[in-house]
Amino acid sequence: MSELVLDRVTYTYPGAARPALANVSLRVEPGEFVVLAGGSGSGKSTWLRAAAGLVPHFHGGEFTGQLVAGGMDSREHGPADLSAVAGSLFQDPETQVVMGTVRAELAFPLENRGWSDAAVARGVEEAALALGVAGLLERSTHELSGGELQRVALGAALAGRPRLLLLDEPTSQLDPVAGDELLGVLRRVNEEWGTAVVLAEHRLERCLAAADRVIALERGAVTIDADPRGFLEQAPPALQTPGARLFTAAGLAPPPVAVKDARAALRARGLGGSVEPAESGPSATPRRRLRRRDKAPVALAFDRVWFEIPRGPAVLKGVDLALAPGERVALMGRNGAGKSTLLRLAAGLREPTRGRIARGGRVALLLQHPGDYLVAETVGDELPLDVLAAAGLDALADRHPRDLSGGERQRLALAIVLEGEPSAVVCLDEPTRGMDRGHKDVLAAHLRELAERGSAVLVATHDAEFAAQWSERTVLLGDGAPVADAPTSEVLGGGWYFATQTARILGGGALLPEEGAALLRTHAPPAPAEVAP
Amino acid sequence: MTYRRRSSPLHAARAGVGSLFCVVLAGVALSFEHPLLLGALLVAVLAAGAAARVGGVVARSLLWGLPFAVLIAVVNALVVRDGLTVIARLGHLAPFGEVDVTLEATAYGAILGLRALIVIACFALHSAAVDPDELLRAFRRLSFRSALTAALATRMVPVLARDARRFRDAQRCRPGRPAARLALARAVTSGALDRAVDVAATLEVRGYGSGAKPARRRRPWSRHDLAFAASALGLAALGVAASVGGWESFDAYPTLLAPVDGGELGLAAVLLAVALLPFADRRGIGR
Repeated sequence: MSELVLDRVTYTYPGAARPALANVSLRVEPGEFVVLAGGSGSGKSTWLRAAAGLVPHFHGGEFTGQLVAGGMDSREHGPADLSAVAGSLFQDPETQVVMGTVRAELAFPLENRGWSDAAVARGVEEAALALGVAGLLERSTHELSGGELQRVALGAALAGRPRLLLLDEPTSQLDPVAGDELLGVLRRVNEEWGTAVVLAEHRLERCLAAADRVIALERGAVTIDADPRGFLEQAPPALQTPGARLFTAAGLAPPPVAVKDARAALRARGLGGSVEPAESGPSATPRRRLRRRDKAPVALAFDRVWFEIPRGPAVLKGVDLALAPGERVALMGRNGAGKSTLLRLAAGLREPTRGRIARGGRVALLLQHPGDYLVAETVGDELPLDVLAAAGLDALADRHPRDLSGGERQRLALAIVLEGEPSAVVCLDEPTRGMDRGHKDVLAAHLRELAERGSAVLVATHDAEFAAQWSERTVLLGDGAPVADAPTSEVLGGGWYFATQTARILGGGALLPEEGAALLRTHAPPAPAEVAP
Repeated sequence: MTYRRRSSPLHAARAGVGSLFCVVLAGVALSFEHPLLLGALLVAVLAAGAAARVGGVVARSLLWGLPFAVLIAVVNALVVRDGLTVIARLGHLAPFGEVDVTLEATAYGAILGLRALIVIACFALHSAAVDPDELLRAFRRLSFRSALTAALATRMVPVLARDARRFRDAQRCRPGRPAARLALARAVTSGALDRAVDVAATLEVRGYGSGAKPARRRRPWSRHDLAFAASALGLAALGVAASVGGWESFDAYPTLLAPVDGGELGLAAVLLAVALLPFADRRGIGR
């Protein structure tokens, strides 16, 4: 029996003009690992919410067709019933943990099903061990990092051993290390427990290797339903992985599903090992870079800056960092490394507990949630029309800010923080969370424009592909201090976790698919028989 | 103001008993009017907070509640016409009309404010020292809807506190004049509603409301369970006895009468002792 069956499902949110799901019919079989692909607003989240029973029971709206999860028809069974067969995990870890301690959180879904004390205790222990959170069981949930919270939320979704696991971009707020760890856990759950997994994800390069099948959605309808390789052969450019784009640009086929496939394909063409560019210098250490910049004009300078929380840890530990006007700098590091704190200090939202910060002018800061900047009833009340027109938002002047898409909301918030006198520094904190590739391209172009106008741009991000697109320098924070500060090509070319897929395929020779393709062409053109049409 | 398990007798007691202790302490405060007895209860709550290693939380809640208490006192002084000792003639004040402020109304307003402070402190002690998860589990067996509301409220406190800090930072990043207070209030409210919807959705997909009642947990009563239950019963008995037996001599109107004699001093000492004795036994208070 299929774990999930959708039969001509069409769903429209209350008040919406067009359906979020349009005549969707498909099945998910036991033990399958399915990746849901598609741009923002394509219907991925709605699909998962329908499978969890939240659509239509929780959200209302108009639902036609039939959805059966684990033998239960969603028209007759609500989310609480369906949770016995389908565990769910959404984007934001903070709103997915409802109890005070990790142990209580893992026990909660089991108690809701009326399990006996002994069965709950066993279920909690097994879930904790499977997810590597046994050491956290007695910890308070509000003390956990984003990665830990997401793992605990996954544990709660898995504790009752559901046959189906529904995940909506669970890694979007995690650093690459925590994201990879979470995906590793999902793979193990899928392989060892036989749990069917449906995972919606924008960064397909992270999860295609684990997938049995990829379903692409566009405007609520299924456009592709194939195995990962078949998907890459049919997918539009916006859904291609960097590895697939590298191969396409280099004229190679078939597109690789994973880094391992790509390397094997390149080795078969005589391109084994690292493909290094002609010039490759040694990495510059943070200290040397700072000295080299001492005489240059400075947009922002941190001089041995510390930030220590009263009765808590030191978040930043003697940070030395200088940004020149017009410089484009990506700030990377694990969750909790101090990136957001550094940006808040730069903008003056917090004061350093030791050290000094010099600013060459105003520092504009766009924090992680652009919605927090929007307080007016209409977009037109937020900003004058000419400013909206410059941001390409004048057509939306009559809309309510909360009705804007994620990308539009972010553009509006960025226009708000940039309004008035030009900024010496523009800082953005994790601007690409949950953003599709099209929106990332637009944002990258905007950041380059800002730098061309003379603002130093400093962006905290976990997204190595995005950082490679627009930054010229990358600072890697580790435990409150820069552990690498060098040109982006060096930092993201030589990393393991903090590296682009192209760099991992080519051993660091290039960061972006187009650069990588050029490099491949100079090293060894593909044999005529293998050139794609 | 969130719960964290600490090594204290109150944390070691089962949540139902801890909750009962805090609720009775607040209830007893509402049954007394004599300032000496209310003062003793305030000291008891602060000392209980310190003994439970959450003294800072309880003290901060008093600072937070102080403006509220002052407001109660001022409003009482302005609106109550009783009392014979006029200390200020303010003339005609809209919307109160002709206002003569009396010593008695002012003093009684202060007593009402003090009561409110004790209740706020008891709430802070409850939040910091009573395990909400255990309480929720107990509640859920009795009433699903009440427990759902309690679960949402408990979970929303830290979530909204984080949201508020984030929102304040974002507003500080806006150049130019700060947004109007009304617009801010509207945005904060709608943001809170969005968050509540997210948390409610999570509760649903974790099976909350599937109809199954959690299994009853059999757990032997510890020395701390017994001590705090006895203390709560003792405090409740003292409150009832004092009210019924007229042990407390206090009148606010028409003239202030608050004698301090052996009876009041004795009652204050007994209240303090009954409230704080359970904290004396510190065996087995760790996890």
